[in-house]
Amino acid sequence: MVTVADLGILREVREDGDTVTVVITPTYSGCPAMREIGHDLRRRLQEAGYQDVTVRTELSPPWTTDWITREGRRKLAAAGIAPPDPAARLTPGPVPLTLTQAPSAVTCPRCGSERTRETSRFSGTACKALRWCEQCLEPFEHVKEI
Amino acid sequence: MSDADEYGAYQALAEGSDDHRWAFGTGFTDPLEGVDTTVPPGVDGAALAQYCLMLGDDALIYSHRLQQWVTRAPELEEETALANIALDLLGQARMLLARAGRADGSGRDEDQLAFFRGEREFRNVRLVERLDADFAELVARLLVFSAWRLALLRALTASKDPVLAAIAAKGVNELTYHRDYAARWVVRLGDGTELSHAKMQAGLAVVWPLVAELFIPHHIEVTLAGVAADVREIREEVATALDTVLAAATLDRPEAKPAAAVAGRAGRDGIHTEALGYVLAELQSVARAHPDATW
Repeated sequence: MVTVADLGILREVREDGDTVTVVITPTYSGCPAMREIGHDLRRRLQEAGYQDVTVRTELSPPWTTDWITREGRRKLAAAGIAPPDPAARLTPGPVPLTLTQAPSAVTCPRCGSERTRETSRFSGTACKALRWCEQCLEPFEHVKEI
Repeated sequence: MSDADEYGAYQALAEGSDDHRWAFGTGFTDPLEGVDTTVPPGVDGAALAQYCLMLGDDALIYSHRLQQWVTRAPELEEETALANIALDLLGQARMLLARAGRADGSGRDEDQLAFFRGEREFRNVRLVERLDADFAELVARLLVFSAWRLALLRALTASKDPVLAAIAAKGVNELTYHRDYAARWVVRLGDGTELSHAKMQAGLAVVWPLVAELFIPHHIEVTLAGVAADVREIREEVATALDTVLAAATLDRPEAKPAAAVAGRAGRDGIHTEALGYVLAELQSVARAHPDATW
């Protein structure tokens, strides 16, 4: 299972005796999982014996899919979700429009084919797009670069 | 994920607390928990709060209007797209409203601000208030709003308030996806059939009278120079983006007179169109009926 460390959500853990402070960064602005992640962290650390647990949110620098570790990417692919490519670095100045679909070689996590296309920019969650494999004919999700 | 794994995850959530409302997303906590929200020295907290409400209300009201399209969109893929766009905006609204409540020292939280302010206290621009008559009008409005908000948030990443700058930095990437989604649809419909072209042109015509308002700086924004974005400075960037899309879509820029203000006051001053009343009635009715309820 992908962990918050794998996803780059967990930024820092500082322990000082019985006290521990955890810093997390939200993925998308509206991500509904952040509350559960915070609670889960608190609970696990308390179970591990820490008396005083603080979970802090760090908004800056903003989360990027580039923070997903190699292990995280491997686990995503193993779960049938195509991991993101490197995110485009924002250059200074206005953000350029992309009016046409950029050809990208997102490989099918099931059969490995590069012949896949995007069917929807947005999928079941904000972070993923929906794609379809022209080789094995199966749909799959792709974590969008951000 | 296997069935066992999925059950295990939910099981863990339920076991973890003595609160059995484990369902994903219920029981919202402060979106700025642990974030240092101290007002920077030399910045007027009350003005900063008003500014956060402006940007937060834009997102909150527009999110609600987009959510109303769920179950009504022409295709399932567009429905999930609109729902996700609405969710991104809602997340931005939550952070901005939470920040407003802390900046003015009132101690009001996001819920109190969202559900218990009256119409005259909302500070959103009038562009976001109307429910679109059809999908063409929807993508026209989404294009204008997203292109504008993207430029605005980009400017805000340099804000002297680190919390605003951080919220803006997150929003820039999200808004890019929103804007490009809308732009592609405008191009598809504009450069489509005779019917789709006509509807797309008509959709733009409905939206255009409310564009001028987006670039009129409010006196609060002027007071907050260095903290707030200057909407006059993003005008060219937004015009270029819109013109690029319209050209690709073979559409004309509408020749629309800007919608009249009321004695110089419009959305940013709490003077709204009739449409906002309906949004607030739906948004606020449950909370107002049970003001002391907790989830």
